[in-house]
Formats: sequence, structure tokens, C-alpha cells
Amino acid sequence: MTLLRGRGIAAVNYPTGMNLGGDPSQALIHSTPTGAFMITLSSTDLGQGLRTVMAQIGAETLGVPLETVHVDTADSDTGPHCMGTFASRATHRVGNAIIQAANEAKEALLDVAADELEAAPEDLEADGAGNIRVAGSPDRTISIMDVALAAHFKHGRTISGRGMYVKPKSEVEPETGAMDPDSTEAHACTVAEVEVDTETGQVRVLSLKSAYEVGRAINPALVQGQITGGSWMGMSHALYETTAPYYPEIDHSPDDFSHYLMPGAAELPEISSTVLEMPSANGPFGMKGVGEMTANSPIPAIANAITDAIGVQITELPITPEKVLRALEERET
Amino acid sequence: MNDAKPFDVIGRTHERREARGHVTGSTVFIDDVSFPRMCHLKAVRSPVPHARIRGIDFSEAERVPGFVAHLTAEDIPKNVYTILCLIGVEPDEEHVLASERVRYVGEPIAAVVAETEDAAFEAAAKVRLNLEELPAVFDVEEALEPGAPIVTHWGTNHFVYEGHHCRRIRYGDAPAAREEADRVISGRYQLSPIEHAPVEPTGCVAKPEADGRVTVHTNTQAIFFSLDNTAIILQIAPHRLRFVGGTVGGGFGGKVDVIVEPLATLAALRTGRPVKYVYTRQEEMQVSSTRSASRLYMTDGVMDDGTIVSREVTTYHDAGAYSRHSPYGCTKHAANAAGPYTIPNVSVDVHCVYTNRTPSSAMRGFGVTEASFALEMQMDRIAREVGADPWELRLRHAYRNGDERPYRKTTEDASLVETIQAAAELAGVELSADLRAMSSDDREGVPG
Repeated sequence: MTLLRGRGIAAVNYPTGMNLGGDPSQALIHSTPTGAFMITLSSTDLGQGLRTVMAQIGAETLGVPLETVHVDTADSDTGPHCMGTFASRATHRVGNAIIQAANEAKEALLDVAADELEAAPEDLEADGAGNIRVAGSPDRTISIMDVALAAHFKHGRTISGRGMYVKPKSEVEPETGAMDPDSTEAHACTVAEVEVDTETGQVRVLSLKSAYEVGRAINPALVQGQITGGSWMGMSHALYETTAPYYPEIDHSPDDFSHYLMPGAAELPEISSTVLEMPSANGPFGMKGVGEMTANSPIPAIANAITDAIGVQITELPITPEKVLRALEERET
Repeated sequence: MNDAKPFDVIGRTHERREARGHVTGSTVFIDDVSFPRMCHLKAVRSPVPHARIRGIDFSEAERVPGFVAHLTAEDIPKNVYTILCLIGVEPDEEHVLASERVRYVGEPIAAVVAETEDAAFEAAAKVRLNLEELPAVFDVEEALEPGAPIVTHWGTNHFVYEGHHCRRIRYGDAPAAREEADRVISGRYQLSPIEHAPVEPTGCVAKPEADGRVTVHTNTQAIFFSLDNTAIILQIAPHRLRFVGGTVGGGFGGKVDVIVEPLATLAALRTGRPVKYVYTRQEEMQVSSTRSASRLYMTDGVMDDGTIVSREVTTYHDAGAYSRHSPYGCTKHAANAAGPYTIPNVSVDVHCVYTNRTPSSAMRGFGVTEASFALEMQMDRIAREVGADPWELRLRHAYRNGDERPYRKTTEDASLVETIQAAAELAGVELSADLRAMSSDDREGVPG
């Protein structure tokens, strides 16, 4: 038995959002009588943390404490239209809509606060801790709860905002393929190290070291969650998964997780990463979509590492022990 | 849009709001949703990949205790549709319930509604199908050969893009540039069909309301997209539907298909009772969409110093029996098929091909995963053949701000150079000073 080591790299781009048919999303924001802010959407949280990130964008824009901002997702009766959560679009589209809605709501908030403080709205600022104050006059301050109460019961004003973002439809020019298919591009580069057992054909991934440029990490732990999940998913695509083990034949298709194998915790390599932030021109706070991309760079990086280890390029996924052994046989002959 | 950041709410880690619910098991997912008098729906599926339907016999199924109703193609107001009709994609081709022909193993032919899930399974198993098997095709290239079994109802096995048999990119003159190149370097790359494998299987509960509307609790990734498509299939006014969801146990693109909601909603309207239709793990594995089994051929014209002067890509995207989101995925693939590299002459043909496989559809990285896999293996193949350093080859060709992409969009927000440099540093790879000095903002240090 020989253990052969190899290293491979892969660099990828990933587009944020889509354009076909137009790509809109909306957000509505209103304050409760006691100054909490409700963001209503019809977007869905797939487990990636959309709700948390949307609350952060709303709180940042309004200048209010995060815990006073709540996100209500996905009821078609109450939430305004969203195309859905896919195409690495949600944070970009919905985040931009929330910024617009929050700016409108904040204008109403400052108008009412101005009346209460007997100041001009343009002289007011939120302190991020639940108060509105006159800039430069620390004693002239009012809590957002008091502003909201006054708006509801004294002024008869709503503190609310509407937000909309749309990437307009871009027709594809049929002859040349000219089009504007996305809003911005995130990037990733992965360095994979593998060890190949020449007797069993087994590939062990030793490490995945990656850099990701995401524009702006709105919530670093959630970006990390995408990175870890995506690295695992990419590794699984590279080495384990298929619904057609004898492709293109369709027999022996798996029907549960005991036949559809994926790497478990024991198979996970060392995963380390660097996150770069080079703000995009049109993403909320400069963000770019990171969700889908993280699964892409590990696949060719692992494949290239295997080539580096055994000297033969295996170009069909998944790279199973059987394919490795056949490639090694081919190398011998 | 706005990168001013007056406060410090963004850019900082805040605990994910659902995290405690998910890890303690208190989050309510679709299969947890239940109502009094709720029925269960199960599909009767084709055991073969291609067949003519000669008959469907429910007589034994109807005798199963708890049997409530059955549905066939004749019950579906607009049974033949295409999911992207909302953005003008034609023609209609997917059958909500198969009529006349089945085109893949697991295609639903009928649905059975029963008092309990067990009764629904039992009744579905007792539906007798009379199928006359037909020759089937499973390989993308075989499907395009003359004489191949035809999957579609219009007589060819490919999707038509504005009169073209494939989605194309034409930038510069790739064949001419290849003729002038020192070398031609080619590769064939094949992806596997894979499952989205969400922890939570696809499902919904449709509940008729007293005012004549139907509330559909669903784990779709796209609430209004699913609502609108359900209204189209059932030919009812969209305002009669209310879709509720928003918390999904993993999607990865698989829950952008609109599969369970139309049948459950129709069954709810027919029976006047709430109806649950949730996939089993076996259905999730064998019936729900997969990633396409894409095959790519890449042919590059390369100079001896490693400069790539042309790139020609031919991709066969296996849509399976119905196209679902594949026409869009092929366009996204075409845009990205030459990679994040500046190459002066590019030609791309992406064939969206019908076969008798389980339909493929959107999946994480849709169209781009396939391109990135092939491209990055091809870049290494070029590096080996010309004796170039794989880091240098990528950094030299990485697109810069201001570069035009093959689909004629000017690059802004480029950062591939910096990303590659950062990965090298993290991995302890010493790049030369020339490579370290490169930037996405200029072509400094790039030969040629």
C-alpha cells in the first residue's frame, strides 16, 4: 500500500442574483406603538440565517437596537412580493429593499421626534441604543418608544416605510449571447490537500484552505456557516454523491441515506478560510452573495489534488475508489 | 447601494434567530403541521422510464378502508404546463399527472387521498397500472442522435432558444484564433446527478377556509412563485390562495420546483378537507429533481507561453424528462462557461437536452458549479501541457475591472486576483513578487 499526497487549486467566480424576467423583492417596515420595528417579507429562511441578516440590515439603517427589530417572513397575505430565496439573491435584493423601507420609516420617525424635541429633523440622529437626540446637544433626547407613542396617540402618524429592489429583465441576444445576467460577482479560491490510497483507491481530503471575497460579511458567523457547509457539500459532490452509480444507466439508484453516501463528521478535513471584503457597487453595505459559491471551489480543487497525487486526471464525478483504481491501472499500462 | 455603516450592527456576529429552535427540535416544520379531519395524499408512480399508459384501475384502491378520493390527469385544469411560464418560457410540457405517456421512473400518474397516511400508501400501492413500455434514452448525446427515442411531445429532444438549438455565446472568433494557436488543448468533463438531500423533505398542507380560499402551508423556497404556478395549474384566481411558510429545513434549489402544492390544493378543494402531501425520503431521493448530469467539452487555443487565445465550450445539460428550471440554468451556464478569465475569443454552445432521466432542476451553483468544475480542471490541464505554474496561469488570465466578459458586460467588482493571492498566503504558497503585485484594478505585470 502506498499513500500518495497531492495538492490542487481552483479559483471561481459566482454571480449574485439573476435577471431573467426581472428580479424584484419588496419589504415593508412599521413601528409598533412602543417603538419596536416589524419588517414584513415573503422571503424564506432556508436555515442560512436570512431572518437574522435582514434584521441586522434593518437595525443598522434605522439606527435602533437589533433586538427591537423583528422579521416576519413568508406569508403571502401579509408579506409583499419576493421572488424567493435562490440564486444567491436574497441578502442582495431583500437587503436593498429593507434599506429603502428603513430610510422611509426613519424619515417619519425623525419627523415626529423633531416635533417632540422642537428641533429640525435634519439636526436629529439616532444613537443606536433606542433614542433620538439633537446632534451636539446630548441633553435634548427622546426615546424611540416615546416617539412611537406620540406618533400613534398624539400625532396620528405612521412610522413606516416601503422598500423595493428590482434587477430589470435583460433579454439575451440570441446570436451572440450578450446579456446582463447578474448584479455583482463574489470569488473563491480553494487549495485542497488529499491523500490517495493506491491499494483501496480511497481518497482522504486532508485540508481545504480557501479565500472568499464576499463584498461585506454582514454576519461573519453566518458567512462561516456557509463556508463550512459549502466545503462539505463540495467535497461530497467531488467524491461521494450520485443518484446514478452506473451513469448513464438508472439502476441501483439510492433510496435513503444508507445508500446515498455522504461524508460524515469523521471524514471532514481541516477547513480554514480567509474572508476578504471588497464592497460591491450595488449590494447592501457592499455585500455579494456567498451562499452557493462555497460549494463550488472545493470540487475542482480536490479533483486537481487527486491528479497531482496519482498523475492521472479523472474527469468524471464522483471520483470514487473504483475510478481511482481504474485510473491507476491505466497509468501502469 | 449603501456602504456607509453608521452603527455596528452589521459586520458583527449575532446569533441566528432560529438557532435554538432548530437545535432543540422546537421549530415547526411542515410535517409538524396538522389539522382536524386532515387527509393524506400519496402519488401513484411509474415503475418504468418510458411507457404508454393503457389504463389505470382504482377498483382495489377504492376498497382500502379510509380511501377518500383519487386524482388523474383529467382532474387537473391545466395539466400540461412549464414552471417558467411566469417569465414567458415556452412550450408547456410537464404533466402534473402523466397522461398518455410516462417519461421517467417515478413520474406521478395518479394521486390517492385517504384518511391516514398508511391508508394513502396502501391505496396508492393497489392502483393497477397498465403500461406498455417504450424504448428509453438516458445519455445526453445519444438523445440528440437521429433515431433516438423522443421524450418530448414536439418531436426533438432539445429545448429551443429563440430559434437556436442551444444557448450560445459568440465573442471574437474562437475557431480562427484556435487555428493560429501553438497548441489545442481539449478536455471532456462529466458531472454526476446528485440529490439536494435537504434534512426536511419537500411537502405542504393545503387547508380550505370558510371564505372559499385555501391556505397552503409549504416549505417552498419561493412563496409567490409557488402560489402563482399553483393558481395557473388549477386555473383559479391567485387571490383565492394564501401561501404560508418561511422556515425551511434546507432547500439548495430543490424547493423551487412546484410539485406538491398543486395536487394538495386540488385535493383540498375537491374534498373540502385539509390535505397533507409530504415526500418520503425515498421520494426525495428518487423522484425530486437532481442536479443535471452535465457533460462539457472544452477546447482551448493556447500559445506556448501559456496565453489562452480561444476557448470553445460545448455543454450537454441533461434536463431529464421535463425542463423545469433548466432553460434558465443553461443560460446562466453559458454566461459563466469561459470562467472568470479574460480570453479574447470565446464560443459557447449549451444544449438543454431531454432524456428519460428524473428531471433535473435548480441546485446550489446552478449552471456555474458545472462550469467551474470543468474550467478549473482544464486550467490545470493547460498548465501541465505548457509547463506553466497553475497559480501564474490563473492570475495572468483572471479578469480585471474594466474587462469585457464574453457576454459583453463590463466587469466591475472584480476580486479574483486578490482572492487567489489570499488563498496562496493561507496555504503557505510563496508566490513570486510579480504575482503578489498583481491587482484586479490593472493589468500591471500581465504579459501580452
